[in-house]
Amino acid sequence: MNMHPADLFVLLPLVIVAATSILVMVGIAIRRSHLLALLLTLAGLTAAFASLWFAVPLTPRQVTPLVIVDRFALFYIALNLSACFVVAVLAYSYLEKQKEQREELYVLLLTATLGSGVLVVSNHFASFFLGLEILSVSLYALIAYLRARPLPLEAGAKYLVLAASSAAFLLFGMALLYAEFGTMTFARIRSTGTATAGSAGVIVATGLVLLITGFGFKLGVVPFHLWTPDVYEGAPAPITAFVATISKGSMFALLLRYFYGSEAHHVRGIYLVFSIIAIASMFGGNLLALLQNNVKRILAYSSIAHLGYLLAAFQAGGSLAAEAVTFYLVAYFITTLGAFGVITMLSNGEREADSLEDYRGLFWRRPGLALIFTAMLLSLAGIPLTAGFLGKFYILTAGVSTQLWTLILILVVSSVVGLFYYLRLVVVLYDNAPAFGPAREPMAPYAPVADRALLALLTILLIWLGTFPAGLLKLVQAATSRLI
Amino acid sequence: MILLWLIVILLAGGLFAWIVGRKDSLSARWISLIAVTLDLVLSLYLWARDYRQADFLQHTKWLEELDWKWIPRFGVHFHLALDGLSLLLLLLTFVLGIVSVLASWKEIREGVGFFHFNLLWVLAGIVGVFLAVDLFLFYFAWELMLVPMYFLIAIWGHEHRVYAAVKFFLFTQLSSLLMLVAILALYVLHFQATGVYTFEYADLIGTPLGSGTALLLMLGFFVAFAVKLPMVPLHTWLPDAHTEAPTAGSVILAGLLLKTGAYGLLRFVVPLFPGASREFAPVAMALGAAGIVYGALLAFGQTDLKRLVAYTSVSHLGFVLVGIFAWNELALQGAVMAMLCHGLSTGALFVLVGALQERTHTRDTDRLGGLWAAIPRLSGFGLFFALASMGLPGLGDFVGEFLVLQGTYRGHLLITTVAAVGILASTFYGLRLVQHAFHGPNDHGWKIPDLVPRELVALVPMIALLVWLGLYPQPVFNVFRPALTHLQQVVSQTNVVGRR
Repeated sequence: MNMHPADLFVLLPLVIVAATSILVMVGIAIRRSHLLALLLTLAGLTAAFASLWFAVPLTPRQVTPLVIVDRFALFYIALNLSACFVVAVLAYSYLEKQKEQREELYVLLLTATLGSGVLVVSNHFASFFLGLEILSVSLYALIAYLRARPLPLEAGAKYLVLAASSAAFLLFGMALLYAEFGTMTFARIRSTGTATAGSAGVIVATGLVLLITGFGFKLGVVPFHLWTPDVYEGAPAPITAFVATISKGSMFALLLRYFYGSEAHHVRGIYLVFSIIAIASMFGGNLLALLQNNVKRILAYSSIAHLGYLLAAFQAGGSLAAEAVTFYLVAYFITTLGAFGVITMLSNGEREADSLEDYRGLFWRRPGLALIFTAMLLSLAGIPLTAGFLGKFYILTAGVSTQLWTLILILVVSSVVGLFYYLRLVVVLYDNAPAFGPAREPMAPYAPVADRALLALLTILLIWLGTFPAGLLKLVQAATSRLI
Repeated sequence: MILLWLIVILLAGGLFAWIVGRKDSLSARWISLIAVTLDLVLSLYLWARDYRQADFLQHTKWLEELDWKWIPRFGVHFHLALDGLSLLLLLLTFVLGIVSVLASWKEIREGVGFFHFNLLWVLAGIVGVFLAVDLFLFYFAWELMLVPMYFLIAIWGHEHRVYAAVKFFLFTQLSSLLMLVAILALYVLHFQATGVYTFEYADLIGTPLGSGTALLLMLGFFVAFAVKLPMVPLHTWLPDAHTEAPTAGSVILAGLLLKTGAYGLLRFVVPLFPGASREFAPVAMALGAAGIVYGALLAFGQTDLKRLVAYTSVSHLGFVLVGIFAWNELALQGAVMAMLCHGLSTGALFVLVGALQERTHTRDTDRLGGLWAAIPRLSGFGLFFALASMGLPGLGDFVGEFLVLQGTYRGHLLITTVAAVGILASTFYGLRLVQHAFHGPNDHGWKIPDLVPRELVALVPMIALLVWLGLYPQPVFNVFRPALTHLQQVVSQTNVVGRR
């Protein structure tokens, strides 16, 4: 097979990430240094990000039948690289508080990011599955990274079992679709995808439903959400951020590419399946979150609801929906990273700062952190001045313009339900009467400057995008314009 | 540009007060006072500038305008515009803003900087609401008021502050999300009809709509404004929020936030959906009349002074609702007048109740009484504002409510009768307030300090304004009449187009 130099250039971001993971591993073998591992990782991520500039002019480019590098893919790769950068920085100070071996985490972070990158460029079932497995296998280890504690181990095992079985569903779905169409590329399904009648229709529909099962698991939407709260709670806070953002975001990007590309969501029945999943996720996530007292679990259920909102936008179809989803994901990435960043900074070597009591009156002790957390929560709730508001606005616009009234009204009502628990958290943050006994000692007094600066930057970005979104909107528009 | 400054001064003043307030709370208070005063001076300048112009009465377009592109993807403009109606509401905003800062001078002791940050940002949101003529910007400002207000109640409020704050937030948020959906639907329908993406108020007026669609969209807007107004039966957040908020919060809630609801009805609901509003008017007016009586009766039954004043708001804003949906010149003028005077008289009553609570640590009428001997000045002020609130002729509230009744009388006899009964009922609660708090023997032996100069500075101008508005309201009428005439023209024009 001939490889054109341009093929190499467009793949450069992924190649650099892969090379960095090897480099870090070799580095660990030579000399164990936590700081060195971090710096190598950050340098690799930065280099990969910089290489996007070489890749952009060459897009769109089909490299081998397996992957397509277009602006859409590069946009998500950029998003993943930035998110991984943040996670790596957060993980550093988090690991400093732990007694584990620290350096290997970065290798796994990089391979997971590589997997997510492969997912967003894939337009073939083979590369899809490869990317998924690279991501998943790295995540098993990342989630259970703190081996000495019971919760991470439990979460890791749970994720392993469920991810493996969902991968089986996915494979079976791919097999059925392959049996019907005789090809594994996404694009080829498009040409025959709309014409599904008679007995062939059953096989295609079954295959698609199985495929949706695989997607649904990774996205953590109802009814495939059962792992979400446990993994969110059990995994180390920075890793939870990774699972919540990069893993789910890449999967959603792939969902867009596959279903919009093949127009499979127009197959009879599939539309209904997505609607049900979206409604169940919006209500299920928001209602179940009301019952939680653990901050990480609250955020887990909140993320289920947010994926429900995204699916509602996805249902709208068309370029506006793709834009809405992409913009919403950017806002969601920033918000989630910020929220888990605060949790990371408050956690210590013994336990995660996930009890509501850890946050009681935080504003009066550490106003900066409390304000950042407030901004993130308000963004999740979709209040103006934050990017979350514009995201919700975008989704509503997409929904209204295709007259999805049911989904829109359910979104509105369930997001008001969601306000309950966001406000509950905010109330706790500003509670100035720690009536029950003396004020709890701040869990982790140690707050590195780098973390604080990073979180402040995320907050500024959140508000900037909430007030002056024009620049990002242009990028998003360019990224999604060729998708449909 | 001056419109932008009005907002920027408040936003920047808030940030500045917060930063400074972390070390020095007195400076934070002064900074906010100066920021609001500066805005008051600027808006007075706007009035003075246009007052001198001979054609002020003929103004039908905006007095002042600012239009910038904001989010081109959606055709969103940062478009602020001012007419006489907005100008008067701005003046009210800044007067009550100054009063709020003064009222919290001694009351707020913790987190002073953050308090003033929230106070000024609420005011900025309110100014944004009164000035925005791009529906996206309007919604943005509408929501912007919410979060700082929530903090004001939830952090500095009284015993049940968290419950009240959350209730307030959820009520307003649900209703305003419905409005957002209605705004978006209007936006999309306008695009489908004309091929232009715009949130521009002037462009969206006259968007051709089917009568069913128009009614639905109108209701989407109406619900948001009716919750804020508040209209019975959507008022249940109000007594809690007003009672639990700190004095400044109550003043702003009653004096200003409720007015944003009335303003929204006046500026957006009727002009955007004239036909649907006309169909819906009987229902709205009936609910308004019901609110007048219901609020007055409940106010009469309260023993908590703040709750009492809170229910009077339900009653007074009922008049505004009736006046707006009657949609004739007299009733509209009455509604605007009632908005302005209600802001002043109720704001002042909340300041007085706050001052009482600061001194006696209670708002319970059973534990008060006989205060006249101990604090003659405060009691005298209390009597005055209670009289104003019950609509004593010669004071501002009377003018507004009288005009509403006169305007409504022509077409809606029954509603006018019920509303007039409400005025009668208001004497009961007004007198009850005075009697229980100030008259009678001083059984509890209260010995408390009277009003201090700072409080006099806040209250005396409000007396002067109410007397002025009651005796010689013509200059104020001159300011808002062109704006109302313009709105009426717009509505009648769209009606004509619609009938073709």
